[in-house]
Amino acid sequence: MMPKTPLSFTLNGSETALFVDPGANLLDTLRRGAGDLTPKLGCAQGTCGACTVLIDGEPHLSCLTLAETVEGRDIATTGGLADGPDLHPLQQAFMEGFAAQCGFCTAGMLMAAKALLDRRPNPSRDEVIEAIGGNLCRCTGYEPIVDAILTAAARMQGRSA
Amino acid sequence: MRAFSYEKVKNPAGAAARAAEVANAKFVAGGTNLLDLMKLEIETPLHLIDVNGLGLDRIEGTDDGGLRIGTLVRNTALAADERVKRDYPVLTRALMAGASGQLRNKATTGGNLLQRTRCPYFYDTAMACNKRKPGSGCAAQAPGAFSRQLGVVGVSEACIATHPSDMAVAMRALDAVVETVMPEGETRAIPLADFHLLPGHTPEVETALKPGELITAVTLPAPVGGHQSYTKVRDRSSYAFALVSVALIRQPDGSGAVALGGVAPKPWRNAAADKLLPEGAKAVMAELMKDARPTEQNRYKIKLAERTLASALNEAKG
Repeated sequence: MMPKTPLSFTLNGSETALFVDPGANLLDTLRRGAGDLTPKLGCAQGTCGACTVLIDGEPHLSCLTLAETVEGRDIATTGGLADGPDLHPLQQAFMEGFAAQCGFCTAGMLMAAKALLDRRPNPSRDEVIEAIGGNLCRCTGYEPIVDAILTAAARMQGRSA
Repeated sequence: MRAFSYEKVKNPAGAAARAAEVANAKFVAGGTNLLDLMKLEIETPLHLIDVNGLGLDRIEGTDDGGLRIGTLVRNTALAADERVKRDYPVLTRALMAGASGQLRNKATTGGNLLQRTRCPYFYDTAMACNKRKPGSGCAAQAPGAFSRQLGVVGVSEACIATHPSDMAVAMRALDAVVETVMPEGETRAIPLADFHLLPGHTPEVETALKPGELITAVTLPAPVGGHQSYTKVRDRSSYAFALVSVALIRQPDGSGAVALGGVAPKPWRNAAADKLLPEGAKAVMAELMKDARPTEQNRYKIKLAERTLASALNEAKG
């Protein structure tokens, strides 16, 4: 058996240190190693976007990221969106707007949306559509998702949607 | 996925030397195609050499007024570079037409050139594929096979897979050159035109790279100006591979360059077709497709390519 590698990174603002097998991917490491079950395993092929997490603020596919490449970096998942009992405006808008049907794509959608709003607080509808272009919703419920992201953006800017 | 060992390397020649010395080793950068193929056990390296720490992630001017793009420059960063957007807009457009935001954040310049075909018969390990398993046959050319997305020109009896890159098609129109380093430390420059090989009888050999040879950069010559466009036709409007794509650079006098994606095992361009640009899409496409051997299912691509070019030319003429 090959020796495990020590790995440390920041997960949703907390220092995290664990040991990983050579070749472990980030998604498995977050779910099994760090116990954060919010990123989802969908296709495992880099196609569906369900495993999207932010690495240093940019959306990445954790199923195609080797864990050893995130040493020292900053990882954000949906697990860190809410502030105690207060949902993030994106979560609130998704919930109110029924932007989740089966809900499997939701975690990835939220992180792709968060990266967009961090970069462009006031996006156009087309920019929202482009930003979630790598996240597949097999229920095909895209319109409520786009609406919810625009609603959250408006609220975060202190406007009504 | 098969077990493999992993190491990080610090200098390009050292990386190439390691790849030549360790049995069944591969470089990994973004991993957006290698890791998914490893999960399917289509790629089965025993050792991965992580080249992300080589510092080859800068875009710099060259002495002749062109641009040197480090092999580790991510597709997102390349598309957003101000010099690329201003001087090589066909490249930004092609990059933004490819994959998704998440994939572009990871995918590298060199890795994009080396990505494997998305032929469904290459991906399905239960099917015959000469590229995946030399000598096993080409299930894509069996009667009734699903070949609608596959290649029409430059293909062979052994293989009709296409090269899936959008970026490479734009780079081909721009006369890009691939810079590499060998395990012994010497470097060489390979014109992109000669970088990807046609399948012939050996579809498993896809590039001119020698064992261990590492891409270090892609260079673009000085900007040529003109009207530049990238027109991609696909089954849905985002996040899909090209059925046909056209990279066009058209100068005010009607001359220029045309490269096609989605139709061949490599970005498809030739000098004779470029010369016919002033005569219009029909003449250009007759030249580019003169040796086409389409299947019944993908014959439509020849007409589609002509119409896509006609549309791009109309737009270029304003």
